[in-house]
Amino acid sequence: MKKIYQILDGNEAVAQIAYKLSEVIAIYPITPASPMGEFSDTWAAEAKTNLWGSVPTVVEMQSEGGAAGVLHGALTTGALATTFTASQGLLLMLPNMFKIAGELSPNVIHVAARSLAAQGLSIFGDHSDVMTCRTTGYVMLCSDSVQACQDLALVAHACSLEARLPFLHFFDGFRTSHEVIKIESIDDETIAKMINLEYVLAHRNRGLTPDKPVIRGTAQNPDVYFQARETINPFYKKVIEIVKKYFQKLSNLTSRYYKPFEYIGHPEAERIIVIMGSGGQTTKETVEWLQAKGEKVGLIKVRLYRPFSIEDFISELPPSVKKIAVLDRTKEPGSNGEPLFQDVLQAIFESYSTGKLTSLPLVIGGRYGLSSKEFTPAMVKAVFENLAQAQPKNHFTIGINDDLSFTSLNYDPSFDIEKKDVFRARFYGLGADGTVGANKNSIKIIGEYTPNYTQGYFVYDSKKSGSMTISHLRFGKDPIFSEYLVYTPNFVACHQSIFLNKIDMLYGIQEGGTFLLNTSKSPSEIWDSLPGVVQKEILNKNINFYIIDGYKVAKEVGMKNQINTVMQVCFFAISGVLPKEEALTAIKESIKKTYGKKGDEIVRRNLQAVDLTLANLYKVEIEKYKNLPTKEDSYLPSMSSNAPEFVSKVLGAMAIGKGDTIPVSQLPNDGTYPVGTSKYEKRNIAQEIPVWDMKTCIQCGKCVFVCPHAVIRMNVYNAEHLQQAPSTFLATDSKIPEFSGKKFTIQVSPLDCTGCGICVDVCPAKNKSEARLKAINMSPIEPILEKEKANWDFFINLPPIERNLLKITSIRQQQFQEPLFEFSGACAGCGETPYIKLATQLFGDRMLIANATGCSSIYGGNLPTTPYTLNREGRGPAWSNSLFEDNAEFGLGYRISLDKQIEFASELLLKHKQHFGEGFVNNILYANQSEEVGIYEQRVRVFELKKKIETILKENLEENLKNELSQLLTLADKFVKKSVWIIGGDGWAYDIGFGGLDHVLSSGRNVNILILDTEVYSNTGGQMSKSTPRGAVAKFAAGGKNFTKKDIGLMAMSYGNVYVASVAMGARDEHTLKAFLEAESFEGPSLIIAYSHCIAHGINMNEGMQHQKAAVESGNWLLYRFDPRRKEKGENPLQLDSKSPKIPLEKYMYGQNRFKMLTKSKPEEAKRLLKQAENSVKERYAYYEFLSGKSLEEEKGE
Amino acid sequence: MDMSTTYLNLNLRTPLVASASPLSYELDDIKRLEDSGISAIVLHSLFEEQLVQDSLELHYHLSAHTESYAEALNYFPEPSEFELGPDGYLEHIRQAKEAVDIPIIASLNGYTSGGWIDFAKKMESAGADAIEMNIYDVPTDSNLTSSEMEEEFLEILREVKAAVKIPVALKLSPFFTNLSNMAKRFSDLGADALVLFNRFYQPDFDLEHLEVRPHILLSTPHDLRLPLRWIAILYGKVQCDLAATGGIHKSTDAIKALMAGANVTMLCSVLLREGIEYVKVLEQGMRDWLVEHEYESVRQMIGSMSQKNCPNPHEYERAQYMRALHSIHLHH
Repeated sequence: MKKIYQILDGNEAVAQIAYKLSEVIAIYPITPASPMGEFSDTWAAEAKTNLWGSVPTVVEMQSEGGAAGVLHGALTTGALATTFTASQGLLLMLPNMFKIAGELSPNVIHVAARSLAAQGLSIFGDHSDVMTCRTTGYVMLCSDSVQACQDLALVAHACSLEARLPFLHFFDGFRTSHEVIKIESIDDETIAKMINLEYVLAHRNRGLTPDKPVIRGTAQNPDVYFQARETINPFYKKVIEIVKKYFQKLSNLTSRYYKPFEYIGHPEAERIIVIMGSGGQTTKETVEWLQAKGEKVGLIKVRLYRPFSIEDFISELPPSVKKIAVLDRTKEPGSNGEPLFQDVLQAIFESYSTGKLTSLPLVIGGRYGLSSKEFTPAMVKAVFENLAQAQPKNHFTIGINDDLSFTSLNYDPSFDIEKKDVFRARFYGLGADGTVGANKNSIKIIGEYTPNYTQGYFVYDSKKSGSMTISHLRFGKDPIFSEYLVYTPNFVACHQSIFLNKIDMLYGIQEGGTFLLNTSKSPSEIWDSLPGVVQKEILNKNINFYIIDGYKVAKEVGMKNQINTVMQVCFFAISGVLPKEEALTAIKESIKKTYGKKGDEIVRRNLQAVDLTLANLYKVEIEKYKNLPTKEDSYLPSMSSNAPEFVSKVLGAMAIGKGDTIPVSQLPNDGTYPVGTSKYEKRNIAQEIPVWDMKTCIQCGKCVFVCPHAVIRMNVYNAEHLQQAPSTFLATDSKIPEFSGKKFTIQVSPLDCTGCGICVDVCPAKNKSEARLKAINMSPIEPILEKEKANWDFFINLPPIERNLLKITSIRQQQFQEPLFEFSGACAGCGETPYIKLATQLFGDRMLIANATGCSSIYGGNLPTTPYTLNREGRGPAWSNSLFEDNAEFGLGYRISLDKQIEFASELLLKHKQHFGEGFVNNILYANQSEEVGIYEQRVRVFELKKKIETILKENLEENLKNELSQLLTLADKFVKKSVWIIGGDGWAYDIGFGGLDHVLSSGRNVNILILDTEVYSNTGGQMSKSTPRGAVAKFAAGGKNFTKKDIGLMAMSYGNVYVASVAMGARDEHTLKAFLEAESFEGPSLIIAYSHCIAHGINMNEGMQHQKAAVESGNWLLYRFDPRRKEKGENPLQLDSKSPKIPLEKYMYGQNRFKMLTKSKPEEAKRLLKQAENSVKERYAYYEFLSGKSLEEEKGE
Repeated sequence: MDMSTTYLNLNLRTPLVASASPLSYELDDIKRLEDSGISAIVLHSLFEEQLVQDSLELHYHLSAHTESYAEALNYFPEPSEFELGPDGYLEHIRQAKEAVDIPIIASLNGYTSGGWIDFAKKMESAGADAIEMNIYDVPTDSNLTSSEMEEEFLEILREVKAAVKIPVALKLSPFFTNLSNMAKRFSDLGADALVLFNRFYQPDFDLEHLEVRPHILLSTPHDLRLPLRWIAILYGKVQCDLAATGGIHKSTDAIKALMAGANVTMLCSVLLREGIEYVKVLEQGMRDWLVEHEYESVRQMIGSMSQKNCPNPHEYERAQYMRALHSIHLHH
């Protein structure tokens, strides 16, 4: 049979098989498994069929728990069902997994194994999630490569049917799930041969049906539960043989042979490693290298983990083995060893005690690779060297420096076994500039046009703007087992010259290697413009240095900022991986294939780019620079010079990609980090920044209000402060009557600005001589950087205007308040962040935030830095992210705890009031803290109280009194009113966290809930939520969402005692401000639903606020406030604040790609949904008019 | 009363034709136009530039922000096909042809030479009875000479005529230095008709926001004066048919246009304002006028008041300007 090859990643390889063998696919997105569900959804939308000619039904649920429920229900009624998940998502499926296994139901769950959130969340790969499933009864099968992913996915589905046991098929998250590599495909014919229809029918016949009714899921008592639990033993006994049988079947069909355990290495090995997952490939590569040097070493790869077949394990063990190191990719605190280690120990011990083994080898265990920590040949070698010691270290770690508990083994990072004939490349790009896409495409071309093996692995940033991507590529004539990054490249490309002086991109480059740089400098200018550190490396290593002005070529052909085609052509031209003409033909073919569906013009422009590129590619002759001195400089520090030590040393190392070197002792042990750290990053990612024209400015404060990153600010102050100002500092007279006589400045922080342009877009003031100019205008940063840096440094040290002087209901005054949320890693132009910033301006110094997982937890709390900061008094928002589904409850926990502590504190204070005076005590207990001034007065009292307690405690006191006063001392600060905020996106609020949210709304407790509503799962790449509006295209709604958006505000209002507001700052900013103030002042649950524009809407982000306005003007988003307090005054609690729709809905919708693209992919459906949406908008507006009594009022008015 | 006329080799029941407008977006409206008596329909224009824009925009938004952040390598599901080319429009032609018996004239506003030819051919294959080419450009490039622009227009016409067999009409702007010369050159090159004139949306200023805004105005009766003059001047000088468009609101407007020399009179604003059914009113009005004034047919009067045939041809030239002024003085 002819071999067919595909170039894809682990997720796609798995999804292809799972899709073919399923009828129902119920999913919930979670990184890194989401793509499997997305592939399924795309294929179903294209009506691709499964093995039996029918299209699987794909449903997105509200959470993984929901997906597992659907899974169970589908299996129970006889359908073939599957799901894809990871990490916490897998844990939410546990209860159903016990049931599915207990009911002996065939099923496969595919997991891209990922770390669990403990001291911190991680999206990266290890086995902690799947290890929690050991007790469910699922058979556990592990794939260590993308090829295995496809092969073992098939084996899992096939075995599951025959064995009547559910399978958990897992592979390493990111390392395997996202690695792009060439594999031999499995075609439908092979799949069909692996599946025995008899078992499919048997499963269907077992399905619950009233035609042959039975009951399942009974409740059982002590008399029979135990026995019933033991009925399943025969199935577990048989399944190992069944798995081996299907391994053999697969081998007959594909020549790829798997075993439950596979030994590789010296036939008389004395030291072996036991390992599961992609680390096994690297271990294999290292073992073979060491073996060639005469070392007697080997490894056992674990594929079938549960049931753990002792017999098969022992049969793979060479009798010569004396020492075994078992490597686990997880940590189980409190246990005496990690799971695989314990299993191997037990296997060895049991075999020895039953005589199957004649001697006991030494077995030690260690941990590696947690959260995709690199696992390299150097580390494998260190593990073997440890084994070789007389007393090998047990319970070790490898890959880190543990200077706290000294578990880590040392290893030599320079140890390199890469084959000389393997082409190894690293590409540095800016997120979204096309670098990664180009590399993925290059891999495809090389894989398709040559017999070479190819591998691509991509490292992304956790920042959502100005982020860096690093692509690691390998090509060679032999299969590639190097499951680690490229440390010794022979080709390095830098697609963005701004990285040159920020990070060492050429590290490890081979002698005589190649460096390709995308730069706007000409061949004669380039050398002098390079940092000295780069010049030195080029000369030292005799690098072949090429340059191209990629942006110039892209611009010439009308491709804006997409340089992917240009850089790809350069790569092929220089690397010689394919002969040049062949490469160009291949690239052109690929362009037609990739872009054909986007229109002829796109194809034409890309083809033109191919032709233009070569003419613009230059080799820089470095000979002439060899005897000249290079510049003396160093890479820029990642944190500014005034950063505290922890920030610059620890967080700073993380910021430049050197976090791996941080030893254990330098990290906080409970996951607690200091705040106010983002201000030290000074990322300098904007090409243009806003420049203030004080003459045109009307000082309205709107620009400050909408800035997502708090980089544009204003202040009003006394003129004498200007004496120290830099000469370039701008100041003008304040136009605010209350501050007449003072000076006013608007200032931008140039190094923190992302260049989003929203401030300019909302500025209402136009220049009277040149109408295209406003009171702020974008301007290229280079010429003004130094002066604006100096201006900002001066500005930020000006004293803020006293808060009690501000009229906070007016934006032009309220925006003088200091933001305590600044310089986050959010996307340029983010629609969510200005709302958070506003809340911190108003309440930050007394605010606790419970933040759901999502965009806001990533830009809010992704290391190395956090945007939440302190004011000059050292106070600011205290923030924590618990999980996704529990955020409302988590925040409720804050509130209940605080209320309890206040209660206890009050009890203690009353009990001991004689020490403090009744009047003083009453002032504290009955303080009016409804306004900020009252809160500040209470602070003063509490400060005094604490001083008094401290004084008393110095005396000789009786034990009980001492204890109680000590308690009171720690509780005293709780007397100052705290503002509890529960913040998250619509994914949390409408879907996975809704149950909790609903309960919190019903609790009556004083919490403020802020939903940053982007109407889609933004953080995980645009999956539909119940907030997604009708007609929008999203993942799992590729044909346009065909049902209406949930009206969560209306549901909340139905409680009657919840404050609810729907706001959109781009439509009416003062309305938003008013709503925040009212919500927080309401002594009960408040809910603010805030329209947040987002990149997932497919808009130009600098116009975000215009879209907010259009959303309201078209009636698609209403502005309203439901205030229960109005009932006391006999007023209707609901006020509809937006006017009736005045622009056609179409105008709003088709300004956004999420709606418009449907007119291009399904024009008829788009028309139908538009019509329905138009009716919905009218109906909803009329309904709200009715509820708010607005229509009655208007009638009365006539 | 014989209201028939010939235009682009098509025999039409009356001279009342619907010009390119939003009225032809929906199939239902096309049917209603036929039911109300319109004798042919020019479909709304297919703008190549718009298609290119749409495709660039879609591509931009689908690829923006991709491959940047590990949890979200892209933000939209990508179907395997998009309708980005003229397919939607071509399907609309096919459906219109199936729905009605009257001629359907496709309207094309091209952008690149390849686009003109390609789309024209496709429109022909889709069943269009004729093509109306919308050539206009607001020339802001002060280095581009009139002759260069004129050559471009002629070249486009040449290429399209070579590419299709169905009749080709050219919808013109009045802004030519010597329209008589241009009209003759277009006609000699094979244009089957000239449609006079395209109306342009002139922008207005929003003084409160200091912005330039498009200001879409429906035509007023005064707009007829310009095409009236030029049709009258051109009638008999060019071989091709002539069509009047812009400012035809009453049946007497249509009659004037026919008398000037138009083969057909095109309606847009009046139907947008008064509704599709208004065609009946216009037709009846024309019929009544023709009967009352004892005409035998529409054909009889076409061109009767053209410069060639009218009693005072100098009125069409500069002298008219002087006389108009002179008449004002007399009345004071």
